[in-house]
This record gives sequence, structure tokens and C-alpha cells, in this order.
Amino acid sequence: MSTHAHDDRGGAHGGHDHGNGEATPKSYLTGFILAALLTAIPFWLVMAGTIDNPAITALIITALAAVQIVVHMVFFLHMNARSEGGWTVMALAFTVIFVVIALAGSLWVMYHLDANMMLAPHEMSQTP
Amino acid sequence: MSEVSAAAQPDDKRVFYLENEHPHADGGSTALGFWIYLMSDCLIFAMLFAAYGVLGGNYAAGPSPKDLFDLPLVAVNTSMLLLSSLTNGFAMLATARGRVAATQLWLGVTILFGLAFVGIELREFAHMIGEGATPQRSAFLSSFFTLVGTHGLHVTFGMIWMATLMVQIAQRGLIEANRRRMMCMSMFWHFLDIIWIGVFTFVYLMGMLR
Repeated sequence: MSTHAHDDRGGAHGGHDHGNGEATPKSYLTGFILAALLTAIPFWLVMAGTIDNPAITALIITALAAVQIVVHMVFFLHMNARSEGGWTVMALAFTVIFVVIALAGSLWVMYHLDANMMLAPHEMSQTP
Repeated sequence: MSEVSAAAQPDDKRVFYLENEHPHADGGSTALGFWIYLMSDCLIFAMLFAAYGVLGGNYAAGPSPKDLFDLPLVAVNTSMLLLSSLTNGFAMLATARGRVAATQLWLGVTILFGLAFVGIELREFAHMIGEGATPQRSAFLSSFFTLVGTHGLHVTFGMIWMATLMVQIAQRGLIEANRRRMMCMSMFWHFLDIIWIGVFTFVYLMGMLR
């Protein structure tokens, strides 16, 4: 029983390697080239006005930013699901959930607040 | 958990900790602790992004992103930060191989790229303020200067950290403590580059699409 409990803790603490375990020149260069491409494409899309519809351009550059963030995490921060026994990813998941709720919630609530506060033209003329 | 069996012991000898807790290496949990700090910093930036997202369209009849932003300059700035991330990675590789001179060299190059980034950003700010686009002008500009300025301050402190590390490494070499500091500093620097992805996408590029 005692040994078993000890084994459990050994397992949970097993991954004492920090995130930078597998850093190689190749991983940094691969990350850099991918990141440079993922930066150049959105700048080109916006500066050259390749796509007429701004909404579609916005969607594409948002997706490219999300991919680039993952590229940075994998190739620069060398994150994986095993580092620190999974706690790094756990903290990241909590943060992502929090950020999504805060951002989406703020934009959603404030957009509706703005829309409801907007005065119709005939009301506007009555304001002092 | 069976080690904490209080019932097996007399009352005065009760222990409420694991008696045979395995030893933890000095600084063994630093990476996780620093990561949690970065995540909390991420929440600060999330709030600033949310404020910019809500207020970014309120120009108060003042200048809009299209009047102010210079995308080629932002592209140069972005490449400075990306290059600094790469050279920072090279400094980490040199540290891993125990090469003091190479570590110092790459740290110095990273500081130079960081200085270029902050310099271009300050020049952009000065240009905007010169045109009357001050933080007081509109809600858009208040939230813009807060978000981008907070990121710039982080980069500035990152460079101070690197300069401090260069002195520490010159004094003590690549001892265990300095390796740990290098690891935290590089996590901080890559994190700032990740935040910048959000800034150039949502502030600069989306601003031009509005």
C-alpha cells in the first residue's frame, strides 16, 4: 500500500523536464521560417488588398494568427502535453478558456449595449 | 497517503505531512511557476485586447487607423521581434552547450533587435503624437496606446533582464542558477512575441480593414 502510494506520486512528478528539453537549431529555424511565412501572408493580404471582402480577409488573418501562435508554442517554447507532467498544458487550457470568455463576452455585451444606446434620428433631434 | 495514518500513532506524535516526501531539486518547479506567471500576464493582455476590441472603433471624429498606421513600418517592426526570438533561441542553444561567449553574443544580438523594435515603436508613437493623435484624443487612441505601450514596456523590461543576465553570466559563468534564469527569460521573450502576433493581427491589420 505504501509503495503503491509512492509510485503514484512518482508518476505525477515524473516529468521534471522543463519545456526546453528538445531544443535544436533545426527546431528554431523551422519555427522561424514558418512564423515568417505566417506573418508575411496576412501582411500581403491586407497591404495588397488581394481579397475584396474585408470580412473574409479578417477571418483568414485571424486563422493565420492562431496557427502562428501554435507554431511559436511548439517550435520556440517547445511545449508538449507531457511537459511538467501535463500541468503546463492545464494552465494554458485554463488561460485560453478565460481569455475566450473575457474577449467574446466583452465584445458581445458591449456590442449589444452600443446597439441599444444608439438614438434613432428623430430622438436625436429632441436631445438638447 | 498511508504515511499520514494518524490513527496508528499516539496523539502527541501526529504528523500532517508526508514523512518520506521525495526530494525536489533546487528550482525544479521554476519552469511551471514562471509559466503560470506568464499565463497571468496573458490575462492582463486579454483585458487590454478586450478594451481595444470594445473601444477601437470610437474615433471621436479624430484620426482612424487608416490615417495613422504605416503597415510597412509595422512589418519591419514585426520582423525585428521575430528575428530576436530566433537569436534568443540561439542563445538558449549556446547555454545548453555550455558556451559562455556564444551565449553572451546571442544575448547581445537579441538586445539589439529588441532595441530596434522599441525604437521603431517609439518613433511611430512620436509621429502619431506629433500629428495630434495623443492618447487623450479618442477612446480608440487611449486603448491603442495602453495595449501597444504595455507590450512595449514588457519588451523594454525583457531587454533590461537580458542585460542583467549578461552581467551575471560574465561574473559566474553558466552556473545552474544562470541557466534557470536563461530559461525563464527566453520563455518571457517568446511569450512577448506571441502577444505581438495578436497586436499586429488585431490592431494593425484589422485596423486597416475597418
